[in-house]
Amino acid sequence: MYEISGLTKIYDGKGKNEKVHALQGVDVVIPDNDMLAIQGPTGHGKSTLLQLLGGLDRPTGGSLKFDGQEMAKMGEMSLTKLRAQNFGYIFQGFNLIPTLTAQENVETALVPLGVSKVERRERAAKALTDVGLGERLGHLQTELSGGQQQRVAIARALVKEPKVILADEPTGNLDEETRDDIFGLLEKLWADLGLTVIMVTHDSALSKRVPRLAQIKNGKLTIKRESKTANAA
Amino acid sequence: MFLTYLRRELRRRSRQAFVIALGLAVGIGLAISVNAASNGAKAAQASVLQSLYGVGTDITVTQTAVRGTGGTQGFGITGQSQTATGTKTTTATQDRATVEPGTGTIATTTLDKIKTASGVSGAVGSLSLSDFKVSGTLTQSFKETQTQSPGSGSGGFPGGGGSGGTQRSFSAGPPSGNFDFNSTTIQGVDVSDSSMGPLSTLSLSSGRTLANADASAAVALVNSSYATQNTIKVGATETLGGTKFTVVGIVTTSSTEDYFIPLAEAQKISSETGKVTTVYVKAASSTEIDAVAAEIQKDASGATVSTSADLANMVSGSLASTASLLNSLGKWFAIGVLLAAFLVAVLFTLSAVGRRTRELGTLKALGWTSRRVVRQVIGESVVTGLFGGALGIGLGFLGAYAIGKAAPALSASSSTSSASNANGGGFPGGGSFPTGSAPGGATGGTGGSGFAGARNAARGSSDITVHLTAPVHLNILLIAVGLAVLGGLIAGAAGGWRASSLRPADALAKVS
Ligand SMILES: Nc1ncnc2c1ncn2[C@@H]1O[C@H](COP(=O)(O)OP(=O)(O)O)[C@@H](O)[C@H]1O
Ligand SMILES: [Mg+2]
Repeated sequence: MYEISGLTKIYDGKGKNEKVHALQGVDVVIPDNDMLAIQGPTGHGKSTLLQLLGGLDRPTGGSLKFDGQEMAKMGEMSLTKLRAQNFGYIFQGFNLIPTLTAQENVETALVPLGVSKVERRERAAKALTDVGLGERLGHLQTELSGGQQQRVAIARALVKEPKVILADEPTGNLDEETRDDIFGLLEKLWADLGLTVIMVTHDSALSKRVPRLAQIKNGKLTIKRESKTANAA
Repeated sequence: MFLTYLRRELRRRSRQAFVIALGLAVGIGLAISVNAASNGAKAAQASVLQSLYGVGTDITVTQTAVRGTGGTQGFGITGQSQTATGTKTTTATQDRATVEPGTGTIATTTLDKIKTASGVSGAVGSLSLSDFKVSGTLTQSFKETQTQSPGSGSGGFPGGGGSGGTQRSFSAGPPSGNFDFNSTTIQGVDVSDSSMGPLSTLSLSSGRTLANADASAAVALVNSSYATQNTIKVGATETLGGTKFTVVGIVTTSSTEDYFIPLAEAQKISSETGKVTTVYVKAASSTEIDAVAAEIQKDASGATVSTSADLANMVSGSLASTASLLNSLGKWFAIGVLLAAFLVAVLFTLSAVGRRTRELGTLKALGWTSRRVVRQVIGESVVTGLFGGALGIGLGFLGAYAIGKAAPALSASSSTSSASNANGGGFPGGGSFPTGSAPGGATGGTGGSGFAGARNAARGSSDITVHLTAPVHLNILLIAVGLAVLGGLIAGAAGGWRASSLRPADALAKVS
């Protein structure tokens, strides 16, 4: 689980001495098996927070603990290892490797874990079957619809059996029907696998279905709704 | 995954990879072709050198003449005292073998020192002689002139001035005669070692060659071109330096010498006992030639010590200019093209990595280490380089083949066969013909100019025509592969450096 306090992130702006205070002291605890949706206006720090949680970037200040480890002070190697083992990242733009097939894309998540080729192929096929793409293993990104591409990305995030799924507007590039499918899939996986799911979304219809809802405004996070329904679904 | 991903990525940007590979291929192909042609030129030069200096001669030692040596060659056709007017006929035959003017000699004691010098595997000496024969009749008319002393006589012949003082003087009229001048060259060779030196350049066309037993025998080999010209056959007797020699063999050679006789005989007929004009040295190791040359220079102070590289420089003509063109222009051209190809590879690889910012960032976000991502980029680049190398080797062979096919025959001329005589001088001043010194004091003119010079200069250079081949050696192929890998590594390192600087957060970069 995450224990976050006073977390700040300052980017260098376009101008010489211009600084962008993307996160201005975030305090939050995210327990295991939580499902947290983060809302907020564009440019207020949602993606920044998710990147810090996923170890894609480092905070400028404050404390960011994952399972008791201070991520802010971690070396590059340890952080890379943490990403490889514990975090499954889902991007708004799917971010599949265009030259690789669906199955190979999923395999890329297992490469840093030193999984053998045979096992890699098996696990990738199973993960794709789990997201409903068992028939599309050999397809390239260009041969898949947006929803299917995001399913591949979800399979890629799940195949390593991570502790946390971090999804930055996973349905942002999808039409409404597909959005419900993908969201339903994430909900199901969360319920079945006991993962922690942290998701940024603009979609208020979706955020209503989430047990716990937070909002980021001007780099500050506030919890809007505590888990009532919890993990009962 | 490494190979699958690598293959797919290269296939995706196959056109760009092809341009990179082609650039490297052209550079490498050019390097191979130039090297092959250069090998060919070197081989041609070596064969020219071999025909001139003998098999495996690494160093030659010659001695430049001390000023004035060889300048006085008098032919003792002495006239009788003149006591009457009338026409006088002198019949004369003269045959002298001397060291060619301008050439100095080296004592055999020095040769012995060279033989035992460290790094020398063998040395032989040779004595190059010029044989000058003159035979014929000289007719001269004499007039009695009444001169008062002290009178200056008016010589009808250039240089001939009668000196007065006596009542009777004779002035010599212009000599008319039928003289046969014949100049040939002789080389005294070491018959104890036919494996190197001049003897090794000869190939027998009839008769037998000189052997150990001939060391002090009056036997000779005749250059086939000279033999044909003068219809000399095996068994003939030739007079050289006044000594009769039996021709035992006719040899073909690109050497310019007419006769080859045992060294001791050459020394005898020229009275150059214990002297040689050229020492041919074989070094024990081809890498030590320069050191050995320096060593020899110590033993033979004042002598000109030339290494095979120096000798090669003396070979002139289109072969030499081709060789130097290949070594300078060709080499730099190939290097320039290679550098340009490397630059193109670097720029293209950088741009390719730039376009994959999101993709490579995503892999990092998935937990791929920087090292793994960099390895992927370098791998792609090295494979592209190897592809370019293979293509380049193909182009190189094609280029070498084309050079071998299209190259015109090249000519090589060495300025002389005895290294120190490069300035090709003739007989300075010629001989003087004192045609008589009468009591009355009529002195004949000085005759003979450097007529032999022309011939000597002509014989001093030998033209050898060679066909340029372009053999591709294994080592350049290894270098080609090395260059291909190097090109790939340089480009890959540039791309890898850029890839390693990507952050995992770059995965969120906008889709381009
Ligand atoms: N790499 C970056 N460099 C500079 N500024 C950045 C960078 N990433 C984000 N920002 C800025 O930080 C702020 C928060 O951005 P972000 O977290 O992406 O917002 P959101 O995801 O809520 O739209 C914005 O003002 C954005 O311009
Ligand atoms: Mg965002």
